[in-house]
Amino acid sequence: MKQMLNIALPKGRLGEKVYAMFEKAGFPCPSIKENNRKLIFENEEVGVRYFWVKPSDVAIYVERGAADIGVAGKDILLEYEPDVYELLDLHVGVCRMAVAAREGFRDDGARTLKVATKFSRIAKAHYAARGRDIDVIHLNGSIELAPILGLSDVIVDIVETGTTLKENHLAVVETVLPISARLIANKSGFKFKSERIEEIVRGLAMQTEEQA
Amino acid sequence: MKDLQLTCLREDEKATLRLRALLARYGYRPYRMSKFEEYDLYVRNKSFLLSDHIITFTDTDGKLMALKPDVTLSIVKNSKESEGGLEKVFYNENVYRVSRGGEAFREIMQVGAECIGEIDEYCLCEVLLLAAKSMETLSDSFVLDLSHMGLLTAVLDGLGLTDAARAELLGCIGDKNLHTAREICRREGVSPEGEAALELLITSYGEPSRVLPLLRKGLPKASCGALLDQLERILAAVAPSIPEGRLHVDFSVIHDRRYYNGLVFKGFIEGIPTGILSGGQYDALMQRMGKRAGGVGFAVYLDLLEELSSPRAEYDADAVLLYGEEDDAARVSAAVERLSADGKSVCAQKSLQSGYRCRELWRLQGEEVILLEADA
Repeated sequence: MKQMLNIALPKGRLGEKVYAMFEKAGFPCPSIKENNRKLIFENEEVGVRYFWVKPSDVAIYVERGAADIGVAGKDILLEYEPDVYELLDLHVGVCRMAVAAREGFRDDGARTLKVATKFSRIAKAHYAARGRDIDVIHLNGSIELAPILGLSDVIVDIVETGTTLKENHLAVVETVLPISARLIANKSGFKFKSERIEEIVRGLAMQTEEQA
Repeated sequence: MKDLQLTCLREDEKATLRLRALLARYGYRPYRMSKFEEYDLYVRNKSFLLSDHIITFTDTDGKLMALKPDVTLSIVKNSKESEGGLEKVFYNENVYRVSRGGEAFREIMQVGAECIGEIDEYCLCEVLLLAAKSMETLSDSFVLDLSHMGLLTAVLDGLGLTDAARAELLGCIGDKNLHTAREICRREGVSPEGEAALELLITSYGEPSRVLPLLRKGLPKASCGALLDQLERILAAVAPSIPEGRLHVDFSVIHDRRYYNGLVFKGFIEGIPTGILSGGQYDALMQRMGKRAGGVGFAVYLDLLEELSSPRAEYDADAVLLYGEEDDAARVSAAVERLSADGKSVCAQKSLQSGYRCRELWRLQGEEVILLEADA
């Protein structure tokens, strides 16, 4: 029997896209497509065990060794700084982390900038690099509401199409960094399953190169 | 009786005994220290610590003290300068720190060895070998990754980068993050040769016999040749004493270069998600602390052994002996001795404690013990 590899995938559309890449790379698990309430899907023949987890939890599963590898957004990796290997940029789930504010907002630099965000560490690092004094307001959702109600001057958040911002009369002020999904690996697991993980990396890299 | 005592020990306690015996066999002396240290020592060397959270308190004389978050700094601070001398010590101490990703302080049992003084190549080999043998005492399935801060520094020095870009690239090497390293190289205008050397450090890992020839071929001879020679000599010296396939070269092991200057290493055990052993050559730390000598050592974080999935104990004791108010102590004591004569663990109680699990339930009746229940 093949050495089993535990793979954490992010729930949702991104996860489905990523699973298709794993399947194409030669690591299929047909049961994952069945419509049921199972949490873990196994293909013993190929030696893979997939499980869906909340996207922001993938890095924790991998860092703590419950998963050998997983797929997490670069935003999560920068925000939580898990101690994992970042083996590949999958070039899917592409978006950007941006600063946005009410249309027409201008930061004159005369007072502390109030920044609402889910990504406190990224926001702090962004403004620290330019020596700007900020007051971080950590929120867990509906970030766009903060500048509209005067809770904050700006927000730091993920922007995909920009439609939500536009509909709420907000606009991107600047891009903080580009985001995409990354293949990550547990550092210890990698030592003992490196050949299998490298096989997956090669299979996925061929697809990302085609895309590029 | 001896066997019974050993089976009662936790994995970390058994490991401590084995590691102490191993280090003593190589002439390392036990080093016992106080649980407290002046806070000032850690303030001056904060980035040497795994976590910058420290438990502090004010001593009776008004001095700000700390519960030790680290042992090496105290050993280095207290090391004596002696011409050509070597101090070889080992310790097992509890340290107090917030573990990575954790949110609260923990007491962590740590066993380690330090060799301080005029460090020559034999000292490096010996400490590396002891690190490998320490791993072997913990598990058959281990990997000891070996890296070299001098070699990493030599390659990065050759790229002519700003400190910020250098730190970014060092992070990429540590994360095996080739795609971001390439982006940084393009952004910073690194030469194709420099980028190739960097890629080699990220992508070459595994058994020395496979990795060393690649490094010889791909790294600049002028800056890396002598360091590769040293690495090769050390590996050749220790390899015969380490089980095949357990010692790897892997440059993703990176320690702070303000403290570590030469060999650095990290040990992993299958089933434990993070490195359980960490060590290296810290001459730079010695210099920062005003010492003329060099130093090399390692620490094993025994709390991580809990991660190994040993089955949870099914029973609290093999047997419970129930006795009543009317039974005198001598009779109960004699019955316990009788039941435990064949090595069983026996717990005497007046009534069975709720939640307490035993394989056999006995009752003392007069001079006799009667079996009430037994699990199949």
